[in-house]
Amino acid sequence: MSIKIGEGPFHQRVEKGLNNPFMRGAVSSAQERFQQRKASAIEELGNWEEWRSLGEEIRQHTIEHLDFYLNQLSENIIKRGGHVFFAATAEEANHYIRDVVQSKNGKKVVKSKSMVTEEISLNACLEEAGCEVIETDLGEYILQVDDHDPPSHIVTPALHKNKEQIRDVFKAKLGYTKSEMPEELALHARELLRKEFLSADIGITGCNFAVAESGSISLVTNEGNARLVTALPKTQITVMGMERIVPTFEELDILVSLLTRSAVGQKLTSYVTALTGPRTEGEVDGPEEFHLVIVDNGRSSILGTDFQSVLQCIRCAACINVCPVYRHVGGHSYGSIYPGPIGAVLTPLLEGYEDHKELPYASTLCAACSEACPVKIPLHDLLHKHRQVIVEREGKAPVSEKLIMKAFGFGISSPALYQMGSKFAPMAMKPFVGENQSISKGPGPLKSWTDSREFPAPDQERFRDWMKSRAKGGRIDENRYRS
Amino acid sequence: MKTGTVHNSDSFLKNISSRLGRDTIEPAVTLPEWSYSPQHRVLENATQEELIAVLEKQCQIIHTDFVRVKPENTLEETLNYVIESYGGGPIITWDDPRFEQSGLSSLFERDDTSIWDPSIGDNNIPLAEKANIGITFSDITLAESGTVVLFSGAKKGRAVSLLPTVYIALIPAESIVPRMTQATSIIHNKIQDGDALSSCINFITGPSNSADIEMKLVVGVHGPIKVTYIVY
Repeated sequence: MSIKIGEGPFHQRVEKGLNNPFMRGAVSSAQERFQQRKASAIEELGNWEEWRSLGEEIRQHTIEHLDFYLNQLSENIIKRGGHVFFAATAEEANHYIRDVVQSKNGKKVVKSKSMVTEEISLNACLEEAGCEVIETDLGEYILQVDDHDPPSHIVTPALHKNKEQIRDVFKAKLGYTKSEMPEELALHARELLRKEFLSADIGITGCNFAVAESGSISLVTNEGNARLVTALPKTQITVMGMERIVPTFEELDILVSLLTRSAVGQKLTSYVTALTGPRTEGEVDGPEEFHLVIVDNGRSSILGTDFQSVLQCIRCAACINVCPVYRHVGGHSYGSIYPGPIGAVLTPLLEGYEDHKELPYASTLCAACSEACPVKIPLHDLLHKHRQVIVEREGKAPVSEKLIMKAFGFGISSPALYQMGSKFAPMAMKPFVGENQSISKGPGPLKSWTDSREFPAPDQERFRDWMKSRAKGGRIDENRYRS
Repeated sequence: MKTGTVHNSDSFLKNISSRLGRDTIEPAVTLPEWSYSPQHRVLENATQEELIAVLEKQCQIIHTDFVRVKPENTLEETLNYVIESYGGGPIITWDDPRFEQSGLSSLFERDDTSIWDPSIGDNNIPLAEKANIGITFSDITLAESGTVVLFSGAKKGRAVSLLPTVYIALIPAESIVPRMTQATSIIHNKIQDGDALSSCINFITGPSNSADIEMKLVVGVHGPIKVTYIVY
């Protein structure tokens, strides 16, 4: 797997999403749960805006001085006997990790959740080298067991599946015999995975935030799998995107507080683990050898551009959880392991516009994402900026947009034409209007909308006519306000 | 301690410097005074009793049993009661002088208690894995989130609070602070003073859990399934 997931062009993926009623139900109810939890967690703080401003300030400062902080981190890690590899590309990262695994004669690798290892397709590289790679986060484990189904959300990757589907996968692949109750499914995974943790040679983790002042890496989790991955195998390899760093433990406090509230509405998750180097003299658990792989893979080319603020991201998914477009099309439609608003901004930056030029258009620019972001990334502005780049520099606006804009441009190019168009609308749409004064099967560009919902019929009276008659003291047509 | 190795740092970091408009890697950066500091105002003037009350309330949210040692009981009696309510041993504990200092020597008279012992190396792991209950002290306790902070070490194995089915944290009342801010500040000051930092610091907030299946909360996934905090 790389950043890119799924097949077929964008509109086909969206169509598939829109026609998957279970997925849409699961996503919308998940969004509501996420939003409720976050709302109550931030309400208690009372001054959320101050927290966001502080988070933004810390992230901006750190990115501005990233060379210094990464250098400090690296020096502190080697002082503690750890090894640091700076990887400019995915290939460099994968080859280094593969070489470490082979030098340890590692056969079994247990992993805790990490988006960056998905991004660089680490599992494929290790599997090619003959290793067994086991994802241990429950959501990722479900996807892996189900023939590597791609993730659809960055915090809860199996969000698009229901418990019955998961039960059937477990029955087919894992000899599971019990019900679809989440407790029973989770217990089965616990029992199977416990054996894997105890017998694994290598543990691989992501990194929520590295701490420059001490050379620590932190992991923010709920299930406990990341603790097992870092306590039991003799070798630990941690992979981090180069921007995932804070200056000191005091800033770690702020960003973890923002992350857990924004991601899952918890004051803190069950486990926040700060790990520094390999085990020390006399310790008998924790890794004997520790490697940190710091990955660029396109991030540095974002520095110094209009898009630099996207590197503030702390991967909480709050933007995804409020996005009305994500709600309807689901995570797989984006064709990226990073879906939603953050994915629509980040994916073209990391992988180029060629395969992802539709993503900046998969947004209504409603700004709910920017409002939700705990570190104040102006996501909708960045989406807008992408569109500018696509149109002005790359000349790659999607065909549908070109056509609509052409027609709209023509229609509004003279007042007379606009007048005619808006006057003509009720008549033109008449054949499509049903008994309840709404349109269920719209033509042309309306079709995608009306496939899943009704569109209100154009009013008989145009707004400008209504305004004119109102100004003259005319009676207000009560029907205007029908629901 | 053996020094580790570093690869490719020069080219990697210089590229970042140049993207940020600098010729070389910045030699020093001073942290600015941040414009806001809302973290210091959380439970700012709470008394110790108020902090205990906040902790108790938070325990309900994090699916953790909160037990406070009553004036007429000893910590030992209370701990024994909790152990029995979980069906008894096997038990594993840290090798920690605080057990004896807190009047808990009888814990080690039980046949089914093991103490984390660096001299037996890897043999500690199956003991922790087979234990029904793991017991440690809390080094710092966070009222707001209901969190115990554990600094691991040679005699304070990471697995004790992780592998058993049940985890019991013994919380000295004086270890309770308002929130994570005070704990990270203690850690930051240690680093500034040049003290060796524990290789593993765990902030533990209740039992392990997951909401990966249909967003339904399952308590007890890879780590402990049940957790009790005993405040004394």
